[in-house]
Amino acid sequence: MIYPNSKTILEVRNLCASVEGTPILKNMNFTVKSGEIHAIMGPNGSGKSTFSKVLAGHPDYEISSGTVLFEGKNLLELKAEERARAGIFLAFQYPIEIPGVNNSQFLRLTYNTAQLHRGKEELDPLEFDDFVRDKMKLLEMREDFLDRSVNGGFSGGEKKRNEILQMALLEPSLAILDETDSGLDIDALRIVAHGVNQLANKDNAIVMVTHYQRLLTYIVPDFVHVMEAGRIIKSGGKELAMELETRGYDWVSAEYKAASRVAA
Amino acid sequence: MSATAVQPSSGYLQDLLNGQPAVPASKQAWLNKLRSNAVETVSKLTIPTLRDEEWRFTDLSMLTKISLQPAHTAINLTAEEIKRFHIAEATTRLVFVDGVYAPKLSNIAVNDIVVSNLAAELAKNSALLQQHLGQHATINGNVFAALNTAHLHDAALIMLPRNTKVKAPIHLLFIATQKDVVSYPRTLVLADNGCEVTVIEDYVTLQDEAYFTNAVTEFVLADHARVHHIRVQREGGKSFHIANCAATLSRSSNYQSVSIAMGARISRYNLNIKLAEGAECSADGLAMIANRQLADTHTCIDHAQPHGTSRQLHKCIVSGGAHAVFNGKIMVRRGAIKTDSEQSNHTLLLTDKAHVDTKPQLEIFNDDVKCTHGATIGQLDNEEVFYLRSRGVSEDQARNMLTYAFGAEVIERIPVVSLKRSLEKTVMQQTSTQL
Repeated sequence: MIYPNSKTILEVRNLCASVEGTPILKNMNFTVKSGEIHAIMGPNGSGKSTFSKVLAGHPDYEISSGTVLFEGKNLLELKAEERARAGIFLAFQYPIEIPGVNNSQFLRLTYNTAQLHRGKEELDPLEFDDFVRDKMKLLEMREDFLDRSVNGGFSGGEKKRNEILQMALLEPSLAILDETDSGLDIDALRIVAHGVNQLANKDNAIVMVTHYQRLLTYIVPDFVHVMEAGRIIKSGGKELAMELETRGYDWVSAEYKAASRVAA
Repeated sequence: MSATAVQPSSGYLQDLLNGQPAVPASKQAWLNKLRSNAVETVSKLTIPTLRDEEWRFTDLSMLTKISLQPAHTAINLTAEEIKRFHIAEATTRLVFVDGVYAPKLSNIAVNDIVVSNLAAELAKNSALLQQHLGQHATINGNVFAALNTAHLHDAALIMLPRNTKVKAPIHLLFIATQKDVVSYPRTLVLADNGCEVTVIEDYVTLQDEAYFTNAVTEFVLADHARVHHIRVQREGGKSFHIANCAATLSRSSNYQSVSIAMGARISRYNLNIKLAEGAECSADGLAMIANRQLADTHTCIDHAQPHGTSRQLHKCIVSGGAHAVFNGKIMVRRGAIKTDSEQSNHTLLLTDKAHVDTKPQLEIFNDDVKCTHGATIGQLDNEEVFYLRSRGVSEDQARNMLTYAFGAEVIERIPVVSLKRSLEKTVMQQTSTQL
């Protein structure tokens, strides 16, 4: 939701990034204020997944120019784990499985790490158990979820729910959801979306990276952006997503090219 | 390669056999014969070198440079000294110290089955023992199995009568206490029709000097028997461990083995499983080694008859300048139709100097079978490390956790909770110190 006088959470200016010498992001500009929900859409290869990984601090991407301020601090000088502790959360498209590591231990480790770095109280296993079970209700997760190994043998929907559960525990100020709707059936999608909606508040912000409009009927964005060739070429309100659904991406691209010619 | 190959000296084997006459003659003529045959076999063999196909990656020249004596008298250990090796669930325990049975340290908490040492049971069960002892693990062409049999005097013995199901696992604990000693642990497990049992074969040490464990284990499963075999090799860092295990599976029996190799300077484990019609087996393994350790695992799963099923997951975690070897042979004999076999072997190399030689070996003499195998060798996956870092976990911690998880996939298959936990802890400690 858009709130008056909200503070800026993320400010990306002229960001250029490459992987193995291939430029992916080209003068990316993007601003997010607290309370807002953004959707970044675009065809495959437009750079939207790269953008989410760059924000989370993936070491394979090289930043050649530009700035990223997160709550006023230079994000680019922080390592991935430091960004997470500072309040950035990336929900993965393909969460990994970690056999032999108990899910509840893992969740407690990540929770306590975040708490420690925020100068807040850590929880012992019993306290954490109550806390996490409460959060699990939000995502309609079965109790045995905690006893299994991290994502071990989880279905696609269960993995995504486990991602949002982590978001609920870590309470990030900026949550980036990378293709969270992929591989979800309609029931799972509704549960995941409900969880995200419950977690959204006036102090945090959510950026959804998605190929399809489907997710946006459940999590309604304040802003919709279209990415192409490593930059945002059009921004609008939620109605833009509907228009993209019916008309595709080509017209946005054509419009942008025409505007660029005029500018030149 | 040939520069490091040793010239096998018959003198060395002669030295190893020198202690043999001290093995007391048995009242059972067949056992004396078994031994004398083995002595004869040894005399025809040599210590293998890198020129032997079966030993091309495992250089035993270090073993031939140390002088070894057999241990005939056990060091007296107190129950307190070995308490830390106890496994909570395993109330029945046979303890062998430097290869010699230690009744005072052992505990038998079962009465419907025989868990004992061979010497005590020999007269009572002579015919049955004659039928099986040394009949499953072949000594032909195998100098170490032959040396073991040449010294065969006592053994860990488990005999289950028809349809007995033993809930608590049985712990066979082999403790090395003396340096420059060679011990010959021997185990025979006879599971009659429909039996169920879990056997833990555990090699540990109380000292860090060089010694040599040369073990032979035989499992015999009658029809429909189900046996879990957990093998843990945590010998001392300067020791040598060479072991041969043979499992013979009758119709519709089920043998599941998990083998963990962490110890010894040089270790070699040969596991041979032979399946009759409809038998099932799994042969999982984890070798986790560091520094200059070498761990060599050779398995052979022999589908001798139709409708057999085998599953194998073998993993290696290699750090420092260590060297892992895996040779996994799957044999499907003529007529063994509808065989279903899956093998996978994954290795994690944690340093540039870590090394692995791995070879799947499928020998299929039949159509109408399903055999798959796959192998990977690599480092930790950067995307997985990134996933954990994106949750606030430091890079070092992320790498430790993933290394641990890699090994835990095998350890999780151990059906004894306290042993599983303690091994997980060991792996956890190792991963955090090695990286």
